[in-house]
Amino acid sequence: MSNIFYKEAVRDALREEMRRDERVFLLGLDIGRFGGTYKATDGLVDEFGEERVRDTPLSEAAIAGAAVGSAMTGLRPVAEIMYIDFTTIAMDQIVNQAAKLRYMSGGQAHIPVVFRTQEGAGRSSAAQHAQSLEAWFAHIPGLKVALPSTPFDAKGLLKTAVRDDGPVMFIEHKLLYNSRGEVPEQEYLIPFGQANICREGSDVTVVALSRMVLRALEAAAELEREGISVEVIDPRTVAPLDIETIVKSVEKTGRLVVAHEAYERCGMGAEIATQVMERGLYFLEKPVRRVCGRNVPVPFAPVMENYVIPGAAEIVKAVKELL
Amino acid sequence: MAGQPVCAAARELSAPTPDLMRSIHLTMVRIRRFEERAVELFMAQELPGFLHSCLGQEAVPAGACAALRDTDYITSTHRGHGHVIAKGLRLDRMMAELYGRTTGYCKGKGGSMHIADFSKGILGANGIVGGGIPIAAGAALSAKMRQSGQVSVAFFGDGAASQGSFHESVNMAAVWALPAIFVCENNQYAVSTHGSRQRVIPDVAARAAGYGIPGVTVDGNDPLAVYAAMVEAVERARGGHGPSFVECRTYKWLGHYVGDPGKYRPAEEVAQWKAADPLPRYERELAARGVLSPEESELVHAQVAREIEEAVEFARLSPHPKPEDALEDVVA
Repeated sequence: MSNIFYKEAVRDALREEMRRDERVFLLGLDIGRFGGTYKATDGLVDEFGEERVRDTPLSEAAIAGAAVGSAMTGLRPVAEIMYIDFTTIAMDQIVNQAAKLRYMSGGQAHIPVVFRTQEGAGRSSAAQHAQSLEAWFAHIPGLKVALPSTPFDAKGLLKTAVRDDGPVMFIEHKLLYNSRGEVPEQEYLIPFGQANICREGSDVTVVALSRMVLRALEAAAELEREGISVEVIDPRTVAPLDIETIVKSVEKTGRLVVAHEAYERCGMGAEIATQVMERGLYFLEKPVRRVCGRNVPVPFAPVMENYVIPGAAEIVKAVKELL
Repeated sequence: MAGQPVCAAARELSAPTPDLMRSIHLTMVRIRRFEERAVELFMAQELPGFLHSCLGQEAVPAGACAALRDTDYITSTHRGHGHVIAKGLRLDRMMAELYGRTTGYCKGKGGSMHIADFSKGILGANGIVGGGIPIAAGAALSAKMRQSGQVSVAFFGDGAASQGSFHESVNMAAVWALPAIFVCENNQYAVSTHGSRQRVIPDVAARAAGYGIPGVTVDGNDPLAVYAAMVEAVERARGGHGPSFVECRTYKWLGHYVGDPGKYRPAEEVAQWKAADPLPRYERELAARGVLSPEESELVHAQVAREIEEAVEFARLSPHPKPEDALEDVVA
């Protein structure tokens, strides 16, 4: 095992896949010489050159479209959209084109494209650089959506994403790039649709996404000191969603908290709660609780941002209220 | 450069062989008869959905695709039947797609606006105005990176030239010197809004200068003028010299969709363009050149008429998809 940064895990995955398959290439603003805004692609241009680590004009729609068009014609692009907030400009290409052309062409189109982007609050970036929009993409048939919370998951999921024959939204978290974790020396892949039980417990199930997984683990550690046993589940991909693992856990605990930074309204928490109720309503001893971003734009001032985006304390509180 | 019409000499110099001229004619007749029949069938409520007819615009796809190879890529539009016929699709499987049958090019999942055939380089007609342009740039990028020698053509209308996707894609293709050709079918109206209310410059092709690429405006009702401009653009693209812009002036005879009375257009304007019908005009030219006599032309029309009726028969007799087929082809 080696202990590496999350951003290194992303980079290692890209490097390994680019060495393995010459059809894989990267494109995006500032990813080459500059190394990416969060340095995830730092140094790759030195090994693979400017053709395969391609700096682009500042044109999200064209970046996404160039990725879709090249994916349809034999290449395997990994397009970086610097902030998930900027996918709004590329939305037609992601949602109407990448996600649907396979279907609309009666299965002819193969669109092996990865849209790498990052989301999340916590840096006083205000409302256009701090959203968590995974639910938008999970809503769209034809897209797969991965949200790695650790270096291990980032590497294993990204390699799977690159090898997937359809479009994948690969959503990193801006405050995780400098987090560290253990990663095996030998090659590995993590299949989509396989949740990770990060911590076993028996009293309450907490399903958390992206960086909230870390907050959930902090909360679980704190609650353990009070004799409360929390099971923390990271779905890792929300499309496909491993609902089986979640329902099985709820069958054991009878209590469910869903935690994410994304706005509460119509977030993944709503979907997960509904699916749990459809499959296991009678396992639930208490109503499902959501610990989510408040339904306001993410504010700038740290004191307000902290208020809007939940942390471990809110998870602890929600868990206790269910007992 | 921008706004300059293809001069008569250039048109003559790059004139296609008699065989190719006849093949362009056949393509125009096939598009014309296919569209006429599709309109009839739609009005008779045999076809579901809605239909955007390219009647009157046949010379653009016929001339443009004559300059392409089978392996070259195109992206098309909501008004795309002409492009895909010109790129070599079978009328029966197209008609079956319009009927929503399993034998259609997209197994009934796409319909009129989404006909695609990857084996013919057709990366899909597209229901989003301007949606296919970035994809064509991407296919051009792929051709360049794979050093395949292919070129990629984005067909789009004058309305799409007001979309950000157009500007972003042309710029990107220029910066990377991609083997792309941007073919603007200027049929004068973005849905109902005239070009004069879309932009303050008369020629869309003038925009090419802003991206540092060649742009020409040609008579889009003259297939040989379109062909001549395309030959030059294709040569430039294949030679590694980057993209070109070709604006083809034409006119959509019907409204935006079949059933749109098009009252936003002066009746005289419509009558004028219909009088300047590109098909008989081209037939007169071919007769004058001794390439195709009126009698031979008649035979082509008769042959195509049979082909169309066979296509309709094929579509009508083709099986409907099973409802649950809707669940297939969603993810890889």
